[in-house]
Amino acid sequence: MTTALAPPPPAPPAVPVATGLGRPASSRVAETGVWIGIGAISMTFAALTSALVVRASDAPDWHHLHLPALLYINTLVLLGSSLTLETGRRHPGRAPLALSLTTILGGLFVMGQVIAWRQLMTQEIGGPSSAFFYVLTALHAAHVLGGMSGLVYVRHRMRAGVVSFVPYNAASLYWHFMAVLWLYLLTLLTLRG
Amino acid sequence: MFSVDHKVIGRQYLDLALVAVFTGMVLSWLMRFHLGWPDTPIPGLGKIAPGGAAGGVMTPEYYLALMTMHGTIMVFFVLTTAPFAGFGNFLLPIQVGAEDMAFPRINMMSFWVTLVAFLVLVAAFFVGDQPPLSGWTAYAPLSAVGKDAGPGQGWGQTLWAISIGIFCIAQLLGSLNFIATTLDLRTRGMSLARMPMATWAWFITAVIALVAFAVLMPACILLILDRVAGTSFFIPGGLVISDQLQPHTGGSPLLWQHLFWFFGHPEVYVAILPGFGIVSQILPVFARKPLLGPKVFIACLAAIAFLSYTVWGHHMFLSGMNPFSATLFSVPTLVITIPAAIVTLLWIGTIYGARLRFTSASLFALGFVSVFVSGGISGFFLAQPSTDIYLHGTYFVVAHFHFVMGVAAMFGIFAGTYFWFPKMFGRMMSETLGKWHFWLTFIGVYCIFMPMHYLGLAGNVRRYSAFTDDYLQPLIPLHRFITIAALVTGAAQLIFLYNLIRSRLRGPQAPDNPWEATTLEWSTSSPPPHDNFGGRRPVVTQGPNEYAVAGPGGRDYIMQAESR
Repeated sequence: MTTALAPPPPAPPAVPVATGLGRPASSRVAETGVWIGIGAISMTFAALTSALVVRASDAPDWHHLHLPALLYINTLVLLGSSLTLETGRRHPGRAPLALSLTTILGGLFVMGQVIAWRQLMTQEIGGPSSAFFYVLTALHAAHVLGGMSGLVYVRHRMRAGVVSFVPYNAASLYWHFMAVLWLYLLTLLTLRG
Repeated sequence: MFSVDHKVIGRQYLDLALVAVFTGMVLSWLMRFHLGWPDTPIPGLGKIAPGGAAGGVMTPEYYLALMTMHGTIMVFFVLTTAPFAGFGNFLLPIQVGAEDMAFPRINMMSFWVTLVAFLVLVAAFFVGDQPPLSGWTAYAPLSAVGKDAGPGQGWGQTLWAISIGIFCIAQLLGSLNFIATTLDLRTRGMSLARMPMATWAWFITAVIALVAFAVLMPACILLILDRVAGTSFFIPGGLVISDQLQPHTGGSPLLWQHLFWFFGHPEVYVAILPGFGIVSQILPVFARKPLLGPKVFIACLAAIAFLSYTVWGHHMFLSGMNPFSATLFSVPTLVITIPAAIVTLLWIGTIYGARLRFTSASLFALGFVSVFVSGGISGFFLAQPSTDIYLHGTYFVVAHFHFVMGVAAMFGIFAGTYFWFPKMFGRMMSETLGKWHFWLTFIGVYCIFMPMHYLGLAGNVRRYSAFTDDYLQPLIPLHRFITIAALVTGAAQLIFLYNLIRSRLRGPQAPDNPWEATTLEWSTSSPPPHDNFGGRRPVVTQGPNEYAVAGPGGRDYIMQAESR
């Protein structure tokens, strides 16, 4: 048989290239994975948006929500966390600190969301609009928690001495998407919730 | 057991599908027996289900529960799990020349999450009165209100919704891996145009699944909340069920149907497109001719994928949807038959004038074309609202979807199994048993599902557990014929099971390329080593369709990693 095979791959570079989430592979693959994930998550929230629009139309039991003011502070926290992460990307020396700060801010955001839910519960509005509020924000918070575990993972890799911005960039992409998604949800809930 | 090797994970998916398919088949046997002889007790059933089948004769509610579990198990845990997740996992990385999936640990997780989903669904047999009875489509509001809606609608239905929600997560993770692997891990020389047809099909299926399951997942969350948290997403106000006023307001049952079928229709393509790919890869091998119009084939797959998102309303012509919307959904439904018909013509064109090698794999591939066409033709009648109004609630629909997605996808699975078994296990399957299996199954499925078209035209309603109405009684002998055919065809699957087990243990050693095929999996050992190519990644120089050419050593084919 004259099967042509590639020569054995060259010896690994002195600085290992890590792609995050799996074994070292193509340097693009982590980012590709995040883009695909963004597609799926967008579809999930698009489905919930269409459900909200259908449910809100002609519904006599739909009461407009007064969103707790805390949500706007949470928004600032989340946007701030995007900024810290981006700072780390531009100044590699500060990357580990940026990862830790971003993770802490992400945690503050989720805590703030939980407090906002408790405030909303005391309003005793109930009904479909608050049900959508809880579903949308909880699902978003769950995705933020997933993003935080990704940040912790990237931070862990850096501590292990792997110097690579491939997983950092992929995690940043996901994290910024979380911020964009939250701005969208806030707009949706303000206008239609 | 907790391997991150895509080949192990692929085999785990296939093993799970094997358990699921025999479970689903036994359920269909019970249903078919009851339809033929509604008053005759089924031995042992009374002991297994004292609530639903006291004395061995099932209640109508228990019949519906069996139907629900049959449909759910078959659609999700067989037709999605085997051709897409199972074969795709084993073969896609090898066919593109990769060592593994892009994210091996996520890949492992997706299998174990699928298994959890299956166990949660099966648990519905053992908790509460009986399994759920809302059908595999779980139409609201009866699926959303809880146990007032009947036996099995308490815990059983909640477990159903949780199981499917979990399943969605597993498939999303799986699809993510398929897409990323295809895009980023192709070996040198493996351009998109040189990708094998099966890989193309798995890739496009993954794109469909990613979007579809991303919609079903939140729908399941809303359904669970309606059931356990007292929300009213799908339950309207003033609803009285079993003399109980339901404490809900303002929800929309149609909303569930829209969300479900937005997933549900693409899902049938998730089930069937891998079969398209498998058949398109197998037919040229045994016809010793290149596939006719590979680029047209890929374009048709892409067109089907796009159109699959525009047709979901054709499941809802009778659901109370605006009649004008019905026309809107009818048009793309008819349009989607065009790429499907082109693909069929490409297959026929491929085997036209060829000296076919009749093996179990090629017979099942040909059988796939046959049952897919048979099932597709009845689709024309159902795509038009005017005829669908009469046919929708009848056995005509049962015949249609069993042929076009159920049996066709199963034939794709069988063809794939006979074709790739030597690569997976390093041993050959028995061709004699395989051919017996093919002919009994092929004749059997026509005996089961062809008469159902007639039943449907005669007005035989589906979902009933017995046909005691005057106008239906003359149809009972035909039902008995179908039942006997189903029992025999089911029993013929034991030949397949025996062949699988025996060949795995004692089959003759398989060479690396027993079928003289071109794609990369055949240029490595059978079974492939852990990293697929023994530490050296292949360089691709050919397309996957180099048959009937002057190859090296006087062969009539050139493998993808060979030079001319």
